[in-house]
Amino acid sequence: MPYRGYKNGIGGEVMPVRDVLHGSRCVAEAARLCDVQVIAAYPITPQTHIVEDLAELIANGELNAEYIMVESEHSAMSACIGASATGARVFTATSSQGLALMHEVLFIASGMRLPIVMANANRALSAPINIWNDQQDSISERDTGWIQLYVETNQEALDTTVQAYKIAEDKNILLPVMVNLDGFVLTHTIEPVEIPDKEEVEKFLPPYEPQVYLDPSDPMTQGAFADPETYMEFRIEQEKAMKRAFEVIRRVDEEFGELTGRSYGIVEEYNTDDAEVLLVTMGSVAGTIKEVIDSLDEKVGLLKIRVFRPFPKEEVLKALKDAKVVGVLEKDIVIGLGEGALFSEIKASLYPSSYRPKLLGFVGGLGGRDISMDNVREIISICKKAIKEDIDEVHWIGLKE
Amino acid sequence: MKIVEDIPAYVKCRHVCRANLYSNRCWKFSQNIKEVSEEELFSYGHRACAGCGGTIALRLALKASGANTVASQCTGCMEVVSSPYPQTAWKIPWIHVAFENSAAVASGIEAALKALGKKEGVNVIAFGGDGGTVDIGFQALSGAMERGHNMTYICYDNEAYMNTGIQRSGSTPFGAVTTTSPAGKVSFGNKRPKKDMPSIMVAHGVDYVATASVAFPLDYMEKVKKAVAIDGPAYIHVLAPCTPGWGIPSEKSIEVARLAVDCGMWLLYEVEKGEMRVTYTPTVKKPVRDYLKMQKRFRHLSDELINKIQAEVDERWEKTFGIRKIF
Amino acid sequence: MRPIGGHVKDIGSTKNLKTGGWRTFKPVIDMEKCIDCGSCWIFCPDMSVIRKDGEYSFNYDYCKGCGICANECPTEAIKMVLEEK
Ligand SMILES: Cc1ncc(C[n+]2csc(CCOP(=O)(O)OP(=O)(O)O)c2C)c(N)n1
Ligand code: SF4
Ligand code: SF4
Ligand code: SF4
Ligand SMILES: [Mg+2]
Repeated sequence: MPYRGYKNGIGGEVMPVRDVLHGSRCVAEAARLCDVQVIAAYPITPQTHIVEDLAELIANGELNAEYIMVESEHSAMSACIGASATGARVFTATSSQGLALMHEVLFIASGMRLPIVMANANRALSAPINIWNDQQDSISERDTGWIQLYVETNQEALDTTVQAYKIAEDKNILLPVMVNLDGFVLTHTIEPVEIPDKEEVEKFLPPYEPQVYLDPSDPMTQGAFADPETYMEFRIEQEKAMKRAFEVIRRVDEEFGELTGRSYGIVEEYNTDDAEVLLVTMGSVAGTIKEVIDSLDEKVGLLKIRVFRPFPKEEVLKALKDAKVVGVLEKDIVIGLGEGALFSEIKASLYPSSYRPKLLGFVGGLGGRDISMDNVREIISICKKAIKEDIDEVHWIGLKE
Repeated sequence: MKIVEDIPAYVKCRHVCRANLYSNRCWKFSQNIKEVSEEELFSYGHRACAGCGGTIALRLALKASGANTVASQCTGCMEVVSSPYPQTAWKIPWIHVAFENSAAVASGIEAALKALGKKEGVNVIAFGGDGGTVDIGFQALSGAMERGHNMTYICYDNEAYMNTGIQRSGSTPFGAVTTTSPAGKVSFGNKRPKKDMPSIMVAHGVDYVATASVAFPLDYMEKVKKAVAIDGPAYIHVLAPCTPGWGIPSEKSIEVARLAVDCGMWLLYEVEKGEMRVTYTPTVKKPVRDYLKMQKRFRHLSDELINKIQAEVDERWEKTFGIRKIF
Repeated sequence: MRPIGGHVKDIGSTKNLKTGGWRTFKPVIDMEKCIDCGSCWIFCPDMSVIRKDGEYSFNYDYCKGCGICANECPTEAIKMVLEEK
């Protein structure tokens, strides 16, 4: 592939490299740029290219890391925990069933305060088995104590993965970070991207300096047994670290912006100034919505949630406060509650405030069903209808009758 | 550890033997024990039951492996009793993550030590109970061993899930009563034979596989030393009685573990690069009845079942030791 | 240390719980009978047999009174006696 020259500026000047890459490759390149030391991963569609690309980078000597070809995702995360607890910078990637198999150990990674970074290629969960994109997998892990970031583009996938290490490893945070990119929509689609120069990244992200780690020269115990007398204090420490993470995520993003000219915020507001209809979503479908908004001459805006954990209540309230109707479009469903998780959380965030926009939930794109521009227009018209009359709270989009 | 070989003439042994090298009623034993490290890397104050065999397995393993060791551990009795936050019994770097992944965690530790350039001279040991090893952690162990990590896996086998209150595991022997394999009007307890985990490890092509017993500490520690010294994966399966689980008085845990070997229920051997070597040959073959009747978990067994167990043991004994020669 | 990750830096700190209180019987030794074989020392699950230059004694702060040392002693040098409380 042609993008191997990392220093191609005139006269050896440090320059970012422009290329056209799959989302998977972007994530692998980010891992290379961050000099990850241990990788433990297991293949699953649509994440597979990430682990293959990493293997290739190692095979070509472009990344100097130990690669553990584990026998399952449960072991992938377990090995990451062991390696991170020993003081290495670690990386893994998974998707859907793999993420679900990790469920138990996800809690442990965050409970043990290990700054593991994982890319998750968002995919539907079985049954019926389906390899295509929705976000049910990561949404289902929202209480595992991981910072969850959702990206819209391949460039954002690369940049966010680099940022993720700086957030995770911050001495005041020490939480694992999950970078979620939509399966196929991003992982298997090529887009033009800029790969930051490695030396620049090294300045931005210094080598990992663990606070505590397993080492015979200074022995310690990790993962002790907590009884009712001690357990709750561990949990509140995790919650406090999550709260502190907002500040760090913001700062890291700004620093990254200074370095590359690209920053993304906790949330992104698009055309929100005096928007009557405000759509809210996460991930790549934001791109489709932006396109529709651009094609309309109406007061429609978009709030893209980039940081889902910790949940940015303040940013959400600020963006929603002037809207007449808010439509939340998401690719997950909380079965038994009849609405998406993001919708529920936004509704809950509004309760203590005095803002009372009409709130509509839109469930769509499950199992890879396309969310077309027409679907988005339909959502907007349902929202507009809600300004004048009472209509159902939750709508399934693109459903076959 | 240097094993003393020659018995001086002034020592009068209780019984004449050729192979009783490691038994504690032996002069050689007492001489060799002086070579054992004084350093305690597992601290007292741990919360195990009085007479717990598992803690002996941990203590001796650390004596053999030394302070330059990083260990991971499955959830289970030994994890719970050794790490009551904010305390720990461990004086080496130690980590507990979950029930089924000690081997996977250790493979991450090994990889990280390599990546950080710190592996040289550092032993990586993964500990697991029988449940965490032969049942729920089987896959993670299989993967780690097959991948060839430079680590030693030590299964302390107390033949049931003790931490959760004595439920049957794949390592529970035939006929044993546990809370999930009770004896009743139409049941005699556990219906299946014990899973032969060491053979499964041999089939993985693991460089060094050994069985051991806490009643044979020198033999066990020699094996741990060999295992950690090998540049590759090693597996040790050490029988470690549990006093409530087996239904024995606390002072009997070593005695019962010794009897398991002397009656042929548990064999001590090692397999190095596929070559099997028996490391201890009992001087006198004891009847399995003695072993079974010592423990509440077997006390209900009928003569018929005991004879069945004896017949199986005899067959294995013959295969392993050949016809007993009387010295 | 703040409660993070179940981290314990104070290694061997289970010593802060004196398990000797669990005991019903306690081991006592008759050094006359002892042949310095080391069995009691190597088998103690609670690291409570103290061995120094061929002299043996017990750490009653932690000895749980399991009786393994007495049971394994080849010369019956150790006896278990009822703890007086
Ligand atoms: C995934 C999972 N399933 C079940 C348990 C409950 N559990 C904890 S320890 C244990 C039994 C441990 O048995 P073993 O590995 O033999 O160790 P022992 O307690 O006997 O020393 C069980 C069933 C758990 N912690 N995690
Ligand atoms: S229940 Fe058994 S294995 Fe667990 S601490 Fe007690 S004796 Fe040891
Ligand atoms: S009675 Fe048990 S705990 Fe006490 S010293 Fe003897 S072997 Fe150790
Ligand atoms: S077991 Fe008995 S003979 Fe051996 S050292 Fe201990 S007290 Fe002495
Ligand atoms: Mg067990």
